[in-house]
Amino acid sequence: MRKIALNQLDQLFAEIAASRKLYLPVDTKAGAKFEPWQQGTVLSDALNTVRSAKDFFFPQTENLMDFKVEGKNIEVIDTRSECEDFVLFGVRACDVKSFEVLDRVFLAEPVDTYYKNRREHGVIMSLACTRPQETCFCGTFGIDATEPEGDVVCYKTEDALYLDARTEKGSALLESLGCLTEEGDWAAVDAQKAKTREYLAKLPLADLKTDGFGAGTTSKFFDAPEWKELSATCLGCGTCTFVCPTCQCYDIRDFNTGHGVKRFRCWDSCMYSDFTKMSAGQPRLTQLERFRQRFMHKLVYYPTNNDGLFSCVGCGRCLAKCPIQMNIVKVMKKLGGSAND
Amino acid sequence: MQVNEYQPLIVAFCCNWCSYAGADLAGNNRLNYPANIKIIRVPCSCRVNPMFILRAFQRGADGVILCGCHPGDCHYTTGNYYTRRRMALLFSMLDYLGIEKERTRVEWVSAAEGAKFAETMNDFARTVAALGENKRLEDLRCKK
Amino acid sequence: MQEVKREVLVSKASELLNNGTVDRVLGWKAGEFDYDITPAVFYTAEELERDFVWNDFCGANFSKYLVAETGKSENKLLVFLKPCDTYSFNQLLTEHRFDRERVYAVGVGCNGMLDISKLRSSAEGILHVHTEDADKVAVDTLYDGTVTLDRASLLPDRCVNCKSKKHVAYDELLGADGEVLDSGRFDEVERIERMTPDERFAFWQGELSRCIRCNACRDVCPACTCEKCVFDNPQSGVENKAAATSFEEQMFHIIRAFHVAGRCTDCGECSRVCPQHIPLHLLNRKFIKDIDSFYGEYQAGAEVGSRAPIVDYRTDDLEPGEAVERGGEHA
Repeated sequence: MRKIALNQLDQLFAEIAASRKLYLPVDTKAGAKFEPWQQGTVLSDALNTVRSAKDFFFPQTENLMDFKVEGKNIEVIDTRSECEDFVLFGVRACDVKSFEVLDRVFLAEPVDTYYKNRREHGVIMSLACTRPQETCFCGTFGIDATEPEGDVVCYKTEDALYLDARTEKGSALLESLGCLTEEGDWAAVDAQKAKTREYLAKLPLADLKTDGFGAGTTSKFFDAPEWKELSATCLGCGTCTFVCPTCQCYDIRDFNTGHGVKRFRCWDSCMYSDFTKMSAGQPRLTQLERFRQRFMHKLVYYPTNNDGLFSCVGCGRCLAKCPIQMNIVKVMKKLGGSAND
Repeated sequence: MQVNEYQPLIVAFCCNWCSYAGADLAGNNRLNYPANIKIIRVPCSCRVNPMFILRAFQRGADGVILCGCHPGDCHYTTGNYYTRRRMALLFSMLDYLGIEKERTRVEWVSAAEGAKFAETMNDFARTVAALGENKRLEDLRCKK
Repeated sequence: MQEVKREVLVSKASELLNNGTVDRVLGWKAGEFDYDITPAVFYTAEELERDFVWNDFCGANFSKYLVAETGKSENKLLVFLKPCDTYSFNQLLTEHRFDRERVYAVGVGCNGMLDISKLRSSAEGILHVHTEDADKVAVDTLYDGTVTLDRASLLPDRCVNCKSKKHVAYDELLGADGEVLDSGRFDEVERIERMTPDERFAFWQGELSRCIRCNACRDVCPACTCEKCVFDNPQSGVENKAAATSFEEQMFHIIRAFHVAGRCTDCGECSRVCPQHIPLHLLNRKFIKDIDSFYGEYQAGAEVGSRAPIVDYRTDDLEPGEAVERGGEHA
């Protein structure tokens, strides 16, 4: 494990940014946001970014291909290009876990080459949490906020940043950095982790349980009468799905440019009235059905198809951003029965 | 005329009853106005909603002009009065967003005003040409 | 702090449920924390007693819910309305969007509702929020013990520039009624108007480029009640689920604001719900300010049945060219 003093972080960032693009959370008027590092950029102290880190691998919109029309000829243009290497610094444990959720969708056969291209060229430098918020509940899904996954795991203490490589990509990156001369010791990191764990235990959602949800429970929850009450005032906007690090639904559309067609994909939201609309219409006609789809997908359908892995990572973004303050925690408590009393 | 001179693309929405007939008259009288002004005939100036104007800019227009009957002379009696309020609010909003106010215009041109039509179009084309390409309300995907 | 206490609202609602005036209540429901309050329909006095909340976080405007909710039953529904909500209520009635006979409206005074984002950026690890004091908010936090904040610093723009404390519609009023206020709600619009066009363009590019097209501003808006929004309609040619270019951000926000011009009551819900803190109310207020200045003062929702200036005309209205010149002037 390596160590660098917090007042030398700029040196570290400058050295990484010299060889590739470096993105890190920066404070903006609208909260923290991943921005490319440049001289003078200050790392945000915020717990998490408003938008999740999934944007880097699964952007909100991306061009898939172009069609050029000339006379009776249609030319298909491949718009893909090799992604450049980049480093994503400061990803929290919840967001790192979300990459596993996305990987299981996009890297399963047939592999999504657009996603894979970016995934292969990105190095994740995760950052252990030190000040979790009341909206955090990653522990519910078995995530340890003090011990994230990632190519390089970073721990922040009062005065230093400790960096530990966990993958080949991570080791290669750390070894290439000349400023990391100091060897770190685990004692300081462990002390910080112990302190953070005390806070984690005191969080209001620390006792939230997933008991009862998971693979094979569709019939138990699908017709639950509680959905009516839970979805009664849902506006049907896409805020929860668009700030969610694991929501992975998308739509593919053609844009007529007047002289050709651009085929692009963009995030979709199960909350929208035209979600998965087919020739026969939209299969989920009411907001209740659309609302249910989102939470059943996180808590039941996804685990059913993915060895029990839940597709919520407890980052708390939807808790903070839902216009009517309805969210997965309220859904779990309402449906979860005695486990969450 | 210079060969490489910048030619703006201009969309002119013209009402069927007055301004389109005015354009016809301009043509019959052999009055010149720039060929890069594309006329779109609409039943009444009131048919044009703000989306039409924005869409024209999206698809590459550098200026958009809307022509209708003179207030009081609308074929449908009051259509252009509504146009006037609607466009007043829209143009003011575009200006508020920092989009050049010279790129949009409303003119009243009657069927008898062929000369005014040509004059208006020449003047508008000059104004827009002076501004250069529309950069603030452009859709990059639509560029060739 | 709110003048009228929760107990007063609960007992009024229970009374109206018990005497059969209404059979359900649209109110605010307690959440996990003190600030995450959800609009909900209550059916029994027990539910009200257990979950009903009335505090500084009851910002949601219920007027729009009436469109769907009154269609569900012929019986009356009780709705609590803050002063700004009553304007939306009237506006929806003007547009015949719900049946007045199916609603029992109870007006409640409002001292301004707190902005959750401002609260969360002022205090970390919020365990409890105490709002009993008139001008201080005490927050119990996980990290810094109890933090005391100025209530005024936590108010959203819409409450800082509150247009009215007067209820313009109700069947019954709890507490005293207030007055229409002049709180400088166009100051910020004028500040932007005074910028150069380049500055204005840069300002709005900066704001609108954050848009994630979640549509929350549209979906929460009490003036946006189209059965099928043009932006959701595949036949419209402008339907889109993501803003793929800066043009689409501009188009969406211009059209959204234009569609409610003359109908927007300036309730500020759009800015409250924006996850990216885009000051959307400044677009709506520009239209309101222009309408006032071009066609005479008009407050949407102030009375039922009024005709919005955008669907009206005078033969001597100013020309669009003059309007643009005047739009940037300040009296």
